[in-house]
Amino acid sequence: MADASHGTGGLTFDSKRRAWPNELNIFFALILIIFAFEAAGQLLPYMNGQSFLFDTRDRFDSIFNEARLRIIILQVAIIGIIALGVTQVIISGGIDLSSGPLVGATAMIVMSFAQTELVNGGPNPKAVFGPWAFDLPVIVPLIVGLSFGALIGAINGSLIAYTKIPPFIATLGMFLICRGIAQAWTRGQPVSFPTEAYAVIGKGMMPVYLFFALAILFHFILKYTVYGKHTYAIGSNEDAARMSGINVQRHKVLVYMIASMLAAFAAIVLSSKNLTAQSGMGIFYELYAIAMAVIGGVSLTGGRGSIIGTVLGAMVFGVIQSGFTYIKLDAFYQLMAMGAIIIGAVVLDKVRQERAALRS
Amino acid sequence: MSDDIVLETRGLTKHYGGVHALNDANFALKKGEHVAIMGDNGAGKSTFVRQITGVEQRTRGDIMFYGEPVHFGGPLDAREAGIETVFQTLALADDLDVPDNLFLGREKTKFDWLGPFRLLDYKAMRQATMDGLEKTAVKIPNIRNTIRNMSGGQRQCVAIARTATFHSRLTIMDEPTAALGVQETAQVENIIRTLKDQGEPLILVSHNMRQVFDLVDRIVVFRRGRICANLAKEDTDGQDVVAYITGAKTQEGYEDAA
Repeated sequence: MADASHGTGGLTFDSKRRAWPNELNIFFALILIIFAFEAAGQLLPYMNGQSFLFDTRDRFDSIFNEARLRIIILQVAIIGIIALGVTQVIISGGIDLSSGPLVGATAMIVMSFAQTELVNGGPNPKAVFGPWAFDLPVIVPLIVGLSFGALIGAINGSLIAYTKIPPFIATLGMFLICRGIAQAWTRGQPVSFPTEAYAVIGKGMMPVYLFFALAILFHFILKYTVYGKHTYAIGSNEDAARMSGINVQRHKVLVYMIASMLAAFAAIVLSSKNLTAQSGMGIFYELYAIAMAVIGGVSLTGGRGSIIGTVLGAMVFGVIQSGFTYIKLDAFYQLMAMGAIIIGAVVLDKVRQERAALRS
Repeated sequence: MSDDIVLETRGLTKHYGGVHALNDANFALKKGEHVAIMGDNGAGKSTFVRQITGVEQRTRGDIMFYGEPVHFGGPLDAREAGIETVFQTLALADDLDVPDNLFLGREKTKFDWLGPFRLLDYKAMRQATMDGLEKTAVKIPNIRNTIRNMSGGQRQCVAIARTATFHSRLTIMDEPTAALGVQETAQVENIIRTLKDQGEPLILVSHNMRQVFDLVDRIVVFRRGRICANLAKEDTDGQDVVAYITGAKTQEGYEDAA
């Protein structure tokens, strides 16, 4: 230390010391939930000692019940892709309610550019456009879909950044607009029969691979790039960010654009997986995506959270959903239980924040 | 004018509609000098600071910085010119750590062709932060800690450390210890002494008479939007300054303030 004659106290630097990562808490919660369902399986009389995630019959291939694991992970992968974008929006201090309907609208539009001409030897019965739109290269629907997402995101972001209306209102309006677009596109008719190349995007475990690839990419971007740092800074203290010379408005537009492009990509994967697009696709997805982020420790007040947290949140979400089915909880009660869990996650976060504030 | 003037204002005036918050302020700061600005609430101290730092646009008057007339469009312009300001409300992002806050908006980066996705050079920023903290003798237990987990004094130190990290040419502090405890105040005052030792010019807005007499060379008193006294520390004392602040006395040459 240089001239320390004016210094006070005996504090020293320790650049290595780091706080207990919140992600570990979520990971332990995930383990705990798995064991809770495991215990329920053993204890509930009507379960006949079935295991939740472990294979109790055939110990030779694997100790896990791979079929159930695969279903859990496939179930959350597509909404998980949306959650990656929602995570960034919430970290920046906003919220995006429009992602679910955007999935519906994008799926309808994209599928119209991905249709094949001949279905079982006859003409495509669900054709939206003329012959020019048949059997286009797969890059065309991809570009159309991502551009549409970027456009919606740019509108969301510009409304929020420049007219200063609350993100809740701006994206709620966009929620209705997108659902309207989805329904108006074909007047409610489903759009089906994509080209083979298009069908590959969401085939089998592809959604899972895409989800993890995007998660790794955005984990890196949020942690190691200027974009990521400014996203946290704006959510943490918007005035400070502005005084530091960050172009807050332009940055917000970018965040909402990325989020909407991720939602549009989720729509592409989903429509490819289902081989059809319907205007009602993506119902509740925006809320599930927000729930995954919140369960994963992303703070609704902005500034805190991570992609790792959201991925773990998505896992918790999937395990709980699958677990409820496994213990044969009625679907009607599942929604109620899910709601309670989301509220619980936010309350826990609040308690943790207050404790941290008391410590310092 | 002489070469050793850091900052000079001539006839600096700010009106908010009909309210004359600042009138004809003529002020000069020499190299290596520490000057205190005192005055009652609403006397125009913060208004004066806001004109210099570009937070607001002046109604009239000139500002010369190192002999050059300047017109700052915003706080960032002033910062780029070398004026670092520690505001009453700290401009820190609570969820970021110390290097992140010091470099917010002017990060050291790699691969700049990536545009907004250019990579942060964490290592260089950490090193520069450590150097800056050493220079100011600021002691923070762990620079990787987020601001949220720091005491008020530590936060203030982080805000002040920005000054040292970026080799500012003028430091302005607007009541830096108003919200701090005794020990924390001592820590901030020690940093100010370090800056003095290093010959960094400083403008300190403060209500604390003891602090002002401990730290600065000269005291400029504001009253009702006007400068009413410019006092060398040796020629005055606490009672004298209070007389100027309250309006019981007005220095020769500043009679319009009466």
